[in-house]
Amino acid sequence: MPDNYDDSIEIKVENLDLWYGDNQALYDVSIDIPKNSVTALIGPSGCGKSTFLRCLNRMNDLVKSCRIQGQVHIDGQNIYSKDIDVVGLRKRVGMVFQKPNPFPMSIKDNIAYGPRIHGAPKKDIDTIVEEALRSGALWDEVHERIGMPALDLSGGQQQRLCIARTLAVRPEVLLFDEPCSALDPISTAKIEDLILQLKKNYTIVIVTHNMQQAARISDYTGFFLTGKLVEFDRTEQIFESPKEKATEDYITGRFG
Amino acid sequence: MSGRKIKEKGIEYLLSLAGILAVLALLLLCIFLFRDGVMLFEKYPIVSFLTETKWYPTATPVHFGLLPLLLGSLIVTTGAIIFSVPLGIAAAIYISEIATPRVAEVLKPTAEILAGIPSVVYGFFGLVVLVPYIQRALDLQTGQTALTGAIMLGIMALPTIISVSEDAISSVPKSIKEGALAMGSTQWQTIYKITVPAALSGISAAVMLGIGRAIGETMTVMMVTGNSAVIPGFPSGLFEPVRTMTATIALEMGEVPMGSDHYHALFAVGSVLFITTFIVNIIASYIKQRYRFHL
Amino acid sequence: MFSNARLNERIAFTFLRVATGIVVAFVFVILYYIISNGYSVISLEFLTDMPRNRMTEGGIYPAIVGTVYLIIGSMAVALPLGILAAIYLTEYAKPGRLTWSIEMAINNLAGTPSVVFGLFGLALFARYFGFGPSILAASLTLGLLILPIIIRASQEALLTVPKEYREASLALGVTKWETIRRVVLPSAIPGMVTGAILSIGRVAGETAPILLTGAAYFLPRLPDSVFSQFMALPYHLYVLATTGTNIAQTRPLQYGTALVLLMIVLSMNIIAIAIRSHYRKKMRR
Ligand SMILES: Nc1ncnc2c1ncn2[C@@H]1O[C@H](COP(=O)(O)OP(=O)(O)OP(=O)(O)O)[C@@H](O)[C@H]1O
Ligand SMILES: [Mg+2]
Repeated sequence: MPDNYDDSIEIKVENLDLWYGDNQALYDVSIDIPKNSVTALIGPSGCGKSTFLRCLNRMNDLVKSCRIQGQVHIDGQNIYSKDIDVVGLRKRVGMVFQKPNPFPMSIKDNIAYGPRIHGAPKKDIDTIVEEALRSGALWDEVHERIGMPALDLSGGQQQRLCIARTLAVRPEVLLFDEPCSALDPISTAKIEDLILQLKKNYTIVIVTHNMQQAARISDYTGFFLTGKLVEFDRTEQIFESPKEKATEDYITGRFG
Repeated sequence: MSGRKIKEKGIEYLLSLAGILAVLALLLLCIFLFRDGVMLFEKYPIVSFLTETKWYPTATPVHFGLLPLLLGSLIVTTGAIIFSVPLGIAAAIYISEIATPRVAEVLKPTAEILAGIPSVVYGFFGLVVLVPYIQRALDLQTGQTALTGAIMLGIMALPTIISVSEDAISSVPKSIKEGALAMGSTQWQTIYKITVPAALSGISAAVMLGIGRAIGETMTVMMVTGNSAVIPGFPSGLFEPVRTMTATIALEMGEVPMGSDHYHALFAVGSVLFITTFIVNIIASYIKQRYRFHL
Repeated sequence: MFSNARLNERIAFTFLRVATGIVVAFVFVILYYIISNGYSVISLEFLTDMPRNRMTEGGIYPAIVGTVYLIIGSMAVALPLGILAAIYLTEYAKPGRLTWSIEMAINNLAGTPSVVFGLFGLALFARYFGFGPSILAASLTLGLLILPIIIRASQEALLTVPKEYREASLALGVTKWETIRRVVLPSAIPGMVTGAILSIGRVAGETAPILLTGAAYFLPRLPDSVFSQFMALPYHLYVLATTGTNIAQTRPLQYGTALVLLMIVLSMNIIAIAIRSHYRKKMRR
């Protein structure tokens, strides 16, 4: 546990550097993300937002060339320490990807996939599925046909299914990597509503290219540029009176 | 470590064992092949094996001269390649560059059928159709000749040559071809000045793999080449019976007592065959690897 | 107006068309020849009778049975091993000496002539292990022969499973092995089945390896254990076509045997192609 432990902080990142082979993708990133809040990460393409997000549940371990330095604490625990159980960590820190990625199974099996493997009793599965689909704001649309292939759902429904699937394993933190970039405006609005709902129970970090979206749903915003966290503050602050010139340029669209 | 981690590691080791088994299989293959082969040289000098021009395994005194068999394999394989390389590459170009996608979708599996036909069926077809035909057409004493074997082997090498070349040709980036076309070259000029040169290493790998296939083929050659172990002339040997290394092993192994000199001689021939195809394969994969980096 | 370039193009294209036509002609001539001569021979009796009268009459039942045994035996060896090795190579192996050795071994096994496999099977399984010329020795030999095919096909099947499935599962806190078992393998199975079916065709048609490891010229009864010798379709065809005293008289039997063999192999190919295209369409959705 770090010395300056503060239990209103869910995620504490200190001096994080990251390399893909010889290319450094993150430089000295430090950030404190409070519990039960929505934090938006913005910045131009290739600046390292996804990379940073994937550090928080160690999905970057899958990239062979990836090497990191620095510390990430989640709920007071150093997730890069030797004795951490990465699999258990990912259960606690769920992730929803840019492109909806349901498994080629039925809706129900998609939701039940995680709980089943984590040993949920058979008799509880139906309840878990219903609960997750309700929390994912999908129950009303699909409850009559949860046996149908998930791939037959629309893109927006698929993305909510992926959110529900993540909720079904009861994480504490939810990471979203541009969850709406492949969706139409109506589906996007539904997911934004959903995220605002989920904030009550989860700590949420969302990468987005959509400035309005960041402004609408987030409490805090971090602006990344070429691998550095330029500015991190309350969302109103960032959008109304950013301290850094680069942030202002990006937000006002004076940026490539 | 948690139980889960131990289990995961254990599974990884078990899986790696399956891979290691493939390595072990190759090692054992080398050991058992070479061991029985080398035993010949305790009784029969290796120099004679490599330089003698006679293969008389049951005469007294015996002669285990590799040369007629090696040259037999060589002449049949050369003939097969001369015949199948132009044909195969031409078909590959046609399929990937000229045929409409629809036609190509039909042609590809059609050519693949050739790869599926068992070699003994090729041999049978050669025996009942091509052998009498060659005899009549060329007015020979027998139709079981190196040429007959070469033609059959050529047909059998076609699918390998076609599919590997076709892969190489279609992986040449479209932009390169379009660049050439935009400069006013005809489609054919683009093909032979740009596309084929760009795919050349892939095509060479295809040829090497075709050679490998042809050298190692047994049943077909055994059924159509007449199997007489004499050093073939070139090109006159094409019209006479020959015997390849593969056919020798398959023909004679049934009749030799296990552990006899003749038995070991056949393993020695097998070792030479193995080393030859090994080298051919190494060259093929080397060429292929280089071309992967180029594109 | 015909410029030189245009004329050259016409000539070249004509040549390419003719070459392709010749290749296609080979396929049809061979198929037509075997089918047209063989189909009148095939009957229920031909498939279910023992050979009679020194193999100049009767059917090919024991050869069919022998070939089926070989298929079962070699698949039992190669399928599990091949799939496990493929999982290791695609999902776990990191670049290094071990991976390099495995890859190299597979490539070289794939390029080794089948008659060399025969010698190997004879020396190792029949002699050294003492299995004698037998179904067991031949099945093990053929199993090693098709191992590279099964590994390559399975690897290809695993590689077509989208990386998104793996990420989704891992992000749910599921271990790597469970992810492979529950998400990756089910999606890869059609491709693996395709590879397996293709190698069935290969096993059915291979002659040289079984010639050295236990195929019998003629057996009056069916094999009764894995240590028995056996008859098999391809060797039977070879024997009828080359070594009998009555080669001309048994021609119909030869055509019939060749056709049965061809049908087995081609139907395997067709099934494999059908599975492949069926699942390709499904994946596209
Ligand atoms: N697996 C990888 N291997 C090597 N380099 C990578 C890998 N993933 C990302 N990078 C590099 O790291 C840098 C940051 O990429 P990242 O995907 O984090 O950007 P991003 O901010 O999410 O961009 P986008 O908005 O386009 O999604 C880029 O230069 C990218 O090329
Ligand atoms: Mg990104």
